[in-house]
Amino acid sequence: MTRTTIKAIAIGASAGAVQALQVILPRLPVGYPLPVLVVVHVPPDRSNVLLPLFQSKCRMRVKEAEDKEPMDGGVIYFAPSDYHMLVEADGALALSNDEPVNYSRPSIDVLFESAADAYGPALVGVILTGANNDGAAGLKAVTDAGGVAIVEDPAQAYASAMPDAALDAAATAKVMNLDAIASYLSSLGTAR
Amino acid sequence: MPDKIEDLEIQLLLEALFQHYHYDFRHYARASIKRRLVQARDQLGFASISALQDRVLHDPDMLPRLLGYLTVQVSEMFRDPSYFRALREKVLPHLRTYPSLKVWIAGCSAGEELYSLAILLREEGLYERTLFYATDINPDALSAAEAGLYPLDRIRKFTENHQKSGGKSSLSDYYTAAYGRAVFDKSLRDRVVFSDHSLVTDAVFAEMHLISCRNVMIYFDRALQDRAIGLFRESLTRKGFLGLGSKESLRFSRHATGFADFVPEEKIYQRREP
Repeated sequence: MTRTTIKAIAIGASAGAVQALQVILPRLPVGYPLPVLVVVHVPPDRSNVLLPLFQSKCRMRVKEAEDKEPMDGGVIYFAPSDYHMLVEADGALALSNDEPVNYSRPSIDVLFESAADAYGPALVGVILTGANNDGAAGLKAVTDAGGVAIVEDPAQAYASAMPDAALDAAATAKVMNLDAIASYLSSLGTAR
Repeated sequence: MPDKIEDLEIQLLLEALFQHYHYDFRHYARASIKRRLVQARDQLGFASISALQDRVLHDPDMLPRLLGYLTVQVSEMFRDPSYFRALREKVLPHLRTYPSLKVWIAGCSAGEELYSLAILLREEGLYERTLFYATDINPDALSAAEAGLYPLDRIRKFTENHQKSGGKSSLSDYYTAAYGRAVFDKSLRDRVVFSDHSLVTDAVFAEMHLISCRNVMIYFDRALQDRAIGLFRESLTRKGFLGLGSKESLRFSRHATGFADFVPEEKIYQRREP
């Protein structure tokens, strides 16, 4: 797909996120060399329900992002509920309390735009199922910066609105089903 | 690459704001500052950050509008009710032993946190012996905090939070509704000093028993966070308390050893002597 060495993965998902992520994240192996950043739209008061679930299913370490935390490979970072998660140029994570974007906090656009800034062509952005259009502008920022854009096949997604909007915004994005996305992301960990 | 030019423009604008107006955002976390500046550029109708810089340097009236983008935050009263419950149940029993108290709300924005603490201390019978300091760098935010006016549509959430925090009274005891707004009672601010104070450039100004600074330092880079946390430590009385936002932590700070966890799950710390 690209010759640039990938340094980070960013994933955004909304309605149907839990099922979709359960196909992908547990497939990533122990010792996976990249950090994986995940924004899922969850209600503000429903914090941390995702963490125990994915901690029990994933081979990679799963944790909630902390402010100014240096990112490590081999770790899946979930955005905390009611905070945006951003990437700083030095590769640290940052949180923000700014107003919701696309009615969402955390917002996928906020993560993807800051990660595209920090990583440029070394970023893979993945938009999964969802019923709104958060992530579309973010995925465009990923492709504009030369990064790799992947969108879950809208025809197979639990909710197609978010993948459709992402494809409209980032025409060069690759369309894959969940299984193919899992295989592709896993391969990024071995072909190095 | 256009992105790199934008990064340079941002750096220059922040330098200009500092040199000309002495507002120092140079050590704010860059990713968020960039989002806010891009938003300001687009909503204020400028073609570039440089064009915005040109205007703000030559037109002082543009400064407050830009500051609005760079500093103002919408919060809620009793945001994270469990934090206020922990203050009520675990911190106030200690504060009660002092004959007089000083409480500092650092980065008070439009005052939601200030009124929450004032109500909490009143409910616990400590208000009359407390002096509150509410500080911010944005004069418009300070005026808003001093006015204590909030749109009525936000009050339902404030009320719900207040109840969840273990509130012993009704929030409606403290405001009157008029013209779609809730006006908070003057008696909640007769012991409040509103003041311009910068965690970036200013120094210790009083000895505090409790400092609440929530979701302010997440906008700082680590060097600036260290400065602010050092300032808080120096400002606290022996065994004084520091409350941070629910996702903030002293873990990555070089002052981490200057504090002990007091209520770790609520990010409430206590000053520790070395």
